[in-house]
Amino acid sequence: MRVALFIPCYVDLISPEVGVSVFRVLRSQGVEVVYPEGQTCCGQPAFNSGFFKEARGAARHFLDVFGGERFDYVVCPSGSCTTMVSHYYPFLFRELPEDLERAESIGGRVREFSDFLSNVLGAEEFGARLEGRAVFHCGCHQRRELGVLEEPQRILRNVEGLQLVGWENEELCCGFGGTFSVKMPEVSVAMADEKIRALEKSGADTLVSCDPSCLLHLKGRLDRTGHGVRVLHLAQVLDPRRGRVG
Amino acid sequence: MEKTGERARREGIESGVEGFNERARRALADPELHDSIALFTRKTLKGRAARLAELPDAPGLRERAYHIKQETMANLDRYLAQMADAVEERGGNVFFAETGEDVVRYVGELARKKGAKVITKSKSMATEEIELNRRLEEEYGELELEVVETDLGEWIAQLAGDAPSHIVAPIMHMNRRQIARVLSRVAGEPLPPDVRALAGFARRRLREKFLAADIGISGANFGVAETGTICLVTNEGNGRMVTSIPPVHVVVMGIEKLVPRFEDLEVFVQLLARNGTGQKLTVYTSFITGPRGADELDGPEEFHLILMDNGRSKLLGTEFEEALYCIRCGSCLNVCPVYRQTGGHAYGSTYSGPIGAVITPLLKGDREAKDLPHASSLCAACWETCPVGIPLHDLLLKLRSRQVEEGLAGKAQEIAFKGFEEAVEHPAAYRAGARLGRLVQRPLVRDGSVRRLPPPLSGWTDFRDLPPLAERSFRELWREGID
Repeated sequence: MRVALFIPCYVDLISPEVGVSVFRVLRSQGVEVVYPEGQTCCGQPAFNSGFFKEARGAARHFLDVFGGERFDYVVCPSGSCTTMVSHYYPFLFRELPEDLERAESIGGRVREFSDFLSNVLGAEEFGARLEGRAVFHCGCHQRRELGVLEEPQRILRNVEGLQLVGWENEELCCGFGGTFSVKMPEVSVAMADEKIRALEKSGADTLVSCDPSCLLHLKGRLDRTGHGVRVLHLAQVLDPRRGRVG
Repeated sequence: MEKTGERARREGIESGVEGFNERARRALADPELHDSIALFTRKTLKGRAARLAELPDAPGLRERAYHIKQETMANLDRYLAQMADAVEERGGNVFFAETGEDVVRYVGELARKKGAKVITKSKSMATEEIELNRRLEEEYGELELEVVETDLGEWIAQLAGDAPSHIVAPIMHMNRRQIARVLSRVAGEPLPPDVRALAGFARRRLREKFLAADIGISGANFGVAETGTICLVTNEGNGRMVTSIPPVHVVVMGIEKLVPRFEDLEVFVQLLARNGTGQKLTVYTSFITGPRGADELDGPEEFHLILMDNGRSKLLGTEFEEALYCIRCGSCLNVCPVYRQTGGHAYGSTYSGPIGAVITPLLKGDREAKDLPHASSLCAACWETCPVGIPLHDLLLKLRSRQVEEGLAGKAQEIAFKGFEEAVEHPAAYRAGARLGRLVQRPLVRDGSVRRLPPPLSGWTDFRDLPPLAERSFRELWREGID
């Protein structure tokens, strides 16, 4: 099994430790991992802002970079960026048959991290251990477009010492929404605050997600409002060498 | 506290969202509003889930609804003609109104001809859309018309001088105490904030109007082409009072409310009730076909069907056509996390929530509703819940794209995304940008986080912390070798 890593730009630049953990988990499962170094950003910020032409440019670059690699699957630690490639590249190229064919061929093999572990490798138990009481936040693309909701929670339930609890209105968006978070900051933050109130009510001390962008948003608000909640990507929970960066 | 003017300028990043933000801020400052919305949506969504679970094949019903609508829109001209013929055959009058203005003229002149004084109305978003009440009272001032809303919520909204803030629940923005204040003013005496007492007062007042009405105006939840039947679903019974007591009944129906066959109602009536209010059926489901027949005891002497276009037909055959499939159940409002925070008035338009953010610019123009397609985090809960399967989040994206093509996104964004594309297409530029960022951020980092960035990124840092760019990117770590 050969996997090409798709590390979203903000993971690459802001939270590379998530990418490191993804690599270690995949390696521990005997997967051969390559990282196409020409990759940058999937283009979602431009796409969500309506700049489709610029997003198509980014999409073509992505398809060039990954099209030049040999792999069985592309694995990405973000439900949102996975959806951009698997669902929205075909949408962007719906009237451009040549690009569309390439987008569908690669898009069909892009898998979100937990989806890949559970549905491709058939692995949901990683021998991980973490003390705490956690809630799982499912990113909206992952929940609705990808439909990968149960897999990460089953994986978390197998983590020794970790108690996974439910929380109120868990299907509500965290309010990130890409550029929405800066264009309509007050509404976006009110959405985050509602999540944080539910988190507090659940009594959880840990927040886990498969979407680093939701985590960036929620952690940013948690930190600003003085909440000491531990915020982790699923890969960091499973990382056999958790806590080491390099 | 910052001044509003400064705020507005700072948002002057040409993102075109000033109006929404300003109104949303007022809503966010109102804790009672958030409670009212949370209460209503929790109840409705719970009912909706239970009613859908009872269906043997809810997804199948949704598919059928989508396909019926698709087929209807492809042949709308034919079905409209069929509907008009059927109504005329039953002795009704049919008027095709291209604009809201045409509707106002038709109703105003009809009122003049009939010497009408009192007009009762049952709930109708189509007439809200064209502000029929205000325009009749203003533009036909000499007739001294009294136009009375008779849906309880709509009546209270009318008395309070408010626009409805939800498609199905017009005064979802008010609680019992606020309603008591409005009705006490009308009663001229203090009424207790007690549902029974308030409803009793409303019933007594409205009964007088029902009996005095010269014309009754209703909307239409559905219009059946093959029979010319109007289907109305209501819970208070006021719809029947409006459509059967006055000698004249006027229906204002958006042309997209058409279904081809009577049997199609089997699909739509259940979907509307189950999704909109969490009921199997609403308390009243009325079928009205033309004026009172020779062999009938009830009903109006005259029946007028106004088929209103008002910008709808120009969407046919375009990539926005699906917006016309909406059956106004309000479900997308109930699940929308943005609506949940702001309520309907923040949208500044008749239709709020995701469907409002889609159809307002489509009906009124992109420039007139520039902010609305951005009032969404694109979480797609609207699409998931829509009983007809309208991909509302995709339509919002297409509207954002149309704004860019029309040059409405503004220079700043155009430059920013041009630069973005350059960086993304050239890995060397992307990496150089990251190195520069690490250098520039140094003075901005305090206690391991970036506390303050210039506009537009201040939209982030005013409210949330931001981790700085990492010392080494993933790519650099990869090159060094990960153990």
